[in-house]
Amino acid sequence: MTVYVLRRLAQTLLVLFVTSGLVFGGLYLVGDPVEILVNPQADQEERARTAAALGLDKPVLEQYGLFLKGMFAGDLGKSFVFGRPALEVILERMPATLELAFLAMLMSVGLGIPLGLYAGLYPDRKTSKAIMAGSILGFSLPTFWVGLLLIMVFAVQLGWLPSTGRGPTENVFGFSISIFSVEGLRYAFLPSLNLALFKLSLIIRLTRAQVREQALLDYIRFARAKGLPRSRVIGVHLLKNILIPLVTVIGLELGSVIAFAIVTESIFAWPGMGKLVIDSIFQLDRPVVVAYLLVVVFMFIMINLVVDVLYSALDPRVRIAEAK
Amino acid sequence: MKEFLSNRIAATGLAMLMVVIAIALFAPWISPQNPYDLGKLDLMDSRLEPGGKYLLGTDGQGRDMLSAIFYGLRVSLLVGAASGVIALTLGGLLGVLAAYVGGRFESILMRIVDIQLGFPAILVALILIAVLGKGVDKIIFALVCVQWAYYARTARSAALVERGKEYMEAARGLGLSRTRIVLKHLLPNASPPLIVVGTVQVAHAIALEATLSFLGLGLPATEPSLGLLIANGYEYLLSGKYWISMYPGVALLLTILAINLVGDQLRDQLNPRLSRA
Repeated sequence: MTVYVLRRLAQTLLVLFVTSGLVFGGLYLVGDPVEILVNPQADQEERARTAAALGLDKPVLEQYGLFLKGMFAGDLGKSFVFGRPALEVILERMPATLELAFLAMLMSVGLGIPLGLYAGLYPDRKTSKAIMAGSILGFSLPTFWVGLLLIMVFAVQLGWLPSTGRGPTENVFGFSISIFSVEGLRYAFLPSLNLALFKLSLIIRLTRAQVREQALLDYIRFARAKGLPRSRVIGVHLLKNILIPLVTVIGLELGSVIAFAIVTESIFAWPGMGKLVIDSIFQLDRPVVVAYLLVVVFMFIMINLVVDVLYSALDPRVRIAEAK
Repeated sequence: MKEFLSNRIAATGLAMLMVVIAIALFAPWISPQNPYDLGKLDLMDSRLEPGGKYLLGTDGQGRDMLSAIFYGLRVSLLVGAASGVIALTLGGLLGVLAAYVGGRFESILMRIVDIQLGFPAILVALILIAVLGKGVDKIIFALVCVQWAYYARTARSAALVERGKEYMEAARGLGLSRTRIVLKHLLPNASPPLIVVGTVQVAHAIALEATLSFLGLGLPATEPSLGLLIANGYEYLLSGKYWISMYPGVALLLTILAINLVGDQLRDQLNPRLSRA
């Protein structure tokens, strides 16, 4: 197990290294950030001064070398636009994204498992068919378009909920969090619903498929034959067994929710990391883009690793194969 | 095919898909106007409501939305289909080869696939587009990079099953060349699951392209896909002019839905575990 974890960590470093090189080099080729940063009327001298101040006058390989050196010291460079350390800018925005991701996961799991369970247990009922049709629709609806519809219906036409921005934040253990107040939740509701819809469909479909497969197995029949009440067979025996694969998927989907937040945040002007990275791509703010990717890639790899380890802890039948 | 059509929902999906493809193919002939010929646009007609002279209304430049959607569909489907076909060929070939050759090649390739599939498609595509810039060729390249891994994984597992079968033994016994065995024997037999993955992936690719274009990172404004049309209507949405954004979205939804319905049925039919006896 230890060998496995160490091997995965080494792999992490390699992935981080490759990603940083690819993005660093690629963004260097795309365009000159100085052009965007300085006043269009600036003369040659001022341009050169800006370039030198940002370290952009050095050859690209030297810039990358300096960046790598900084990376190992936990310094991912200074944002061209904000003039502050890129990592700091990103970490500042992270709570906003994480609270959105958290709410979205809560919605999709809280609704998805019961609905999927129902559809799996009574596959022939009309309600189940409606649930499944809804889930195909949820799968097919592009996230960004649903976001627009939500704004149009709930914010513009009905005027029930605010459409853009984040509610008032309060300081919780040093993080600014907005979802502990009613006003904050009002702002967070539409974006997190938008983010949740796709995952909700996925969880409904997975749960249903699991239930239908497991319900035919011997241990369920045996439990029934023992005369256990139906609620116990479903609530304990069945649920326990379908939860194992679900936990893995939910864990992995957490990462993808964070990535998809890029789209949702752009639509709802939610001040999280995703909105930041889109703005930074347009402004060619290379340090922020690179730092964002490194932070997110790192988070993913950690989530994947935790899920893998949890999986084998949850299900004694699964043992992580020691790599050769 | 008969079984396919006996499922009413799947048959509807297939019919929808055919209509969508026909519209995309014949867009220049069936559109009421050429939406990109600026000389034909009349600014006096801008932001007209649906109905009357323009069935689905007009956008901010007086462009007929119906024609814009037809042309947009063309771009969206082209990008989706082209990236799907390239990724299928590339991924399928690499996957089958991995299963056939084995050894170091297989383990390295599969490790790359595992790592890539650990990341959400949108993130990978976003990185690539940020690095590559805009353009039809670039977005197709990015979508191929995102998708090939799914095909490679599927092709490999299908080919691993096929590899042990007798016809493979026979082909080897006949002394056929490796290339010929892989291309003519292994690949065709490993392709049914690839086709299923393919339908799902093309739907994903179309949605992903639309998303990237909506974020302003996909196609250039000269060749607007459905995603860009939706983005263009975004600013009018808040003032209640819903149709500029809404109808391209409906077209996108129907396209993806049709592909998913067909894919769902194909999966059920080709999956031996679910075969209804």
